[in-house]
Amino acid sequence: MRATVLRNGPSPVSASADSIVEVRGVSKYYGSVEALRSIDLDFPRGKLTSLLGPSGCGKTTLLKIIAGLITADAGTIAIDGKYVSTPGPERAFVFQDFALMPWATVLRNVAFGLELRGMDKTKRENIARHYIDEVGLAGFGDKYPHELSGGMRQRVGLARALSVDADVLLLDEPFSAVDEQNRRKFQEDLIRLRTNQNKTFIFVTHSIEEAVYISDRIVLLSPRPGRVSQVIEPQIDRSVDPERIHRDKHYLDTVEEIWQGLKQYVE
Amino acid sequence: MENSLRAERGAVSLASHSGWRDQSILLRFMSIALFAGAWEIAGRIPVSFAFPTFSDTMVAFVKLVADGSLPTAYLSTLQPLLLGVVLSAFLGVGLGTLCGLWRAGEWLLIPVFIVLQAAPVAAFIPMVTFIYGIGMTAKTLAVMILALPVIVLNTYKAVRNVNESLLVMCRSFLGTRWQTVAKIILPDASPVIFAGLRLGVAAGFVGVVLAELLITPTGIGDLITFHRSRADYAEMYATIGSIIALSTLTLIVLQWIEIRLFRPEKRGA
Ligand SMILES: Nc1ncnc2c1ncn2[C@@H]1O[C@H](COP(=O)(O)OP(=O)(O)OP(=O)(O)O)[C@@H](O)[C@H]1O
Ligand SMILES: [Mg+2]
Repeated sequence: MRATVLRNGPSPVSASADSIVEVRGVSKYYGSVEALRSIDLDFPRGKLTSLLGPSGCGKTTLLKIIAGLITADAGTIAIDGKYVSTPGPERAFVFQDFALMPWATVLRNVAFGLELRGMDKTKRENIARHYIDEVGLAGFGDKYPHELSGGMRQRVGLARALSVDADVLLLDEPFSAVDEQNRRKFQEDLIRLRTNQNKTFIFVTHSIEEAVYISDRIVLLSPRPGRVSQVIEPQIDRSVDPERIHRDKHYLDTVEEIWQGLKQYVE
Repeated sequence: MENSLRAERGAVSLASHSGWRDQSILLRFMSIALFAGAWEIAGRIPVSFAFPTFSDTMVAFVKLVADGSLPTAYLSTLQPLLLGVVLSAFLGVGLGTLCGLWRAGEWLLIPVFIVLQAAPVAAFIPMVTFIYGIGMTAKTLAVMILALPVIVLNTYKAVRNVNESLLVMCRSFLGTRWQTVAKIILPDASPVIFAGLRLGVAAGFVGVVLAELLITPTGIGDLITFHRSRADYAEMYATIGSIIALSTLTLIVLQWIEIRLFRPEKRGA
C-alpha cells in the first residue's frame, strides 16, 4: 500500500462524491498579517481529516472559520451544501484549552450544549452520562474540572462536543496539553469513536506521527500565508494492534514522506 | 485506559482527606482565645483608664442586652443598614454588569464611580443630612454612598475581564446573549463581584455608624456617644465590639452564600 498523494500545489481539489464540509477560496488577514490565502478544501463525510503544518500557519484560524467563530475576509464555507458563517448545531468544537466551566460539575459541563438548547434536565443529563461513559470517564460525573487531570479534562471537552450530536467535530490540538501516555490512549479512543460514531472529524495537530496514526486524510498547510500544499491519504489498517501500527513500515514511510515535505519550511 | 483512570481516581480521593478541616476550626478558635487573653491582660495593666478588660466588656455586653438598650439601638441602626446594603448590592451589581457589557454605560458611569471611590465620601454625609434630614432616608443614603462605588467598580472589572475562551465556547454551542450573561459571565465574575460586595457591606457599616455619630444621634452611634459621655467605657467597648462582630458575621454569611450559590467547586476548599 502506498499513501495516495492527491495533489501538489494550490490547485482546487475536485469535489469528491460525498464531502460534508466544503471550503472555497477562504482568505483571512489579521490587520496586515495574511494568515490564510485562498484555501480550497473538501472534507469527506465520516472521515477524520487532519490539518497539519508548522506553527503559525493558520490551522487554528481555518478551523475557527469552519466553526463560524471567526469570519473569513473572502470565500465561503458550506456544510452539507448550505453556506454558513456562524456556529451551527451541525458542528461542535473541542478546544485546545478545554474551555470547561470551573464552577460546574463534569456532568453539567458535558450537558452544557444541550442546556443552552433548552433541553430539560433529566433528558440532557441522561445523554451526557452516556457520553461520559463513552469517553471513559464513568463515575466522574460529580467531579469538578480542577479535580481532573489534563487528559481527563480534554475527555470532558470531547464528551460535551459528542453530546450535541453534531455531524462535524472540530478539534484544535486536543492533545497538546495532555501527557504522552494519555495522548496515546486518547488517540486510540478517538480512532474507536470515529469508527462507531459515524461522525466527521477535523483535527488540528502539529505532530506528524499523530496525524498519520489517526487520520484518513492529511492536509498539509504551508507557512504563512497558509495555503494547501499537499493532501495525503495514509492507507493504514487500524484494525490491528496499535503497537504494530507504530512499527508498520508503511506508517513509518508516510511519516518520513510528510517530514520530507515539511522540512523545507523549517530551515 | 481503565487502569490509568483508576489510578487517577485514587489520586483524586487521596487529595480530599478530611483531617485538615477540623484542625483549621481549632486554630480559628485559638486565634480568638489569644486575642481575648491579650485584651484581658492589656485591660488589667491597665493600658489606659479608658480601656476596660475583656471580662468587664463582656459583662457590660450582657447588661446592655438585658436592659434592652442594645436591641433597641440595633433596631434603629439595622433598618437603614439592611435597606442600604441590599439596594447597593442589587443596584451596584446591576450597574456594574451594564457598564461591563455596554460601552456607552461604561463611559457615562464608570468615571463617576471612580471619583466617588477616590473621594473621602464620608465628607458628603453631613450634606446628605442637610438635604434629607435626619431620618431613615439620610442614613440609608449614607450607607449607599459608601457601599455603592466599590460594588459597581468590582462588578464592572470582573465582567470586563471575563474568561474569553468560555465566551467563545458558549457561542460555539449556540448560547444566546442572555444565556452568555447568566450562565458564563456572572458565574465567572462572581468571585470578584463578591469581593466587591464584602468590601461594600463593610463600607456600609462604616456609613451607618458615621451617620449616627456625625448627625443623627440614634441607634448604635448614639449608644456609643452616650456611654462615652458618661465614661462608661466597658459599655462603650461592648457596643463597638458588637457592631464589629455583626459586620464580621455578615461577611461570613456572604461568603457562605457565594460558595453555596455560585462557586460550588470551592466548597470545602
Ligand atoms: N487574533 C489575532 N490577531 C493577530 N494575529 C493573529 C491572531 N490570531 C492569529 N494570528 C496570526 O495568524 C497566524 C495564524 O495563526 P493560527 O493561530 O491560526 O496558527 P496555528 O497554525 O494554529 O499555529 P499554532 O500551531 O501555533 O497553533 C499566526 O501568524 C498568528 O500570529
Ligand atoms: Mg493553533
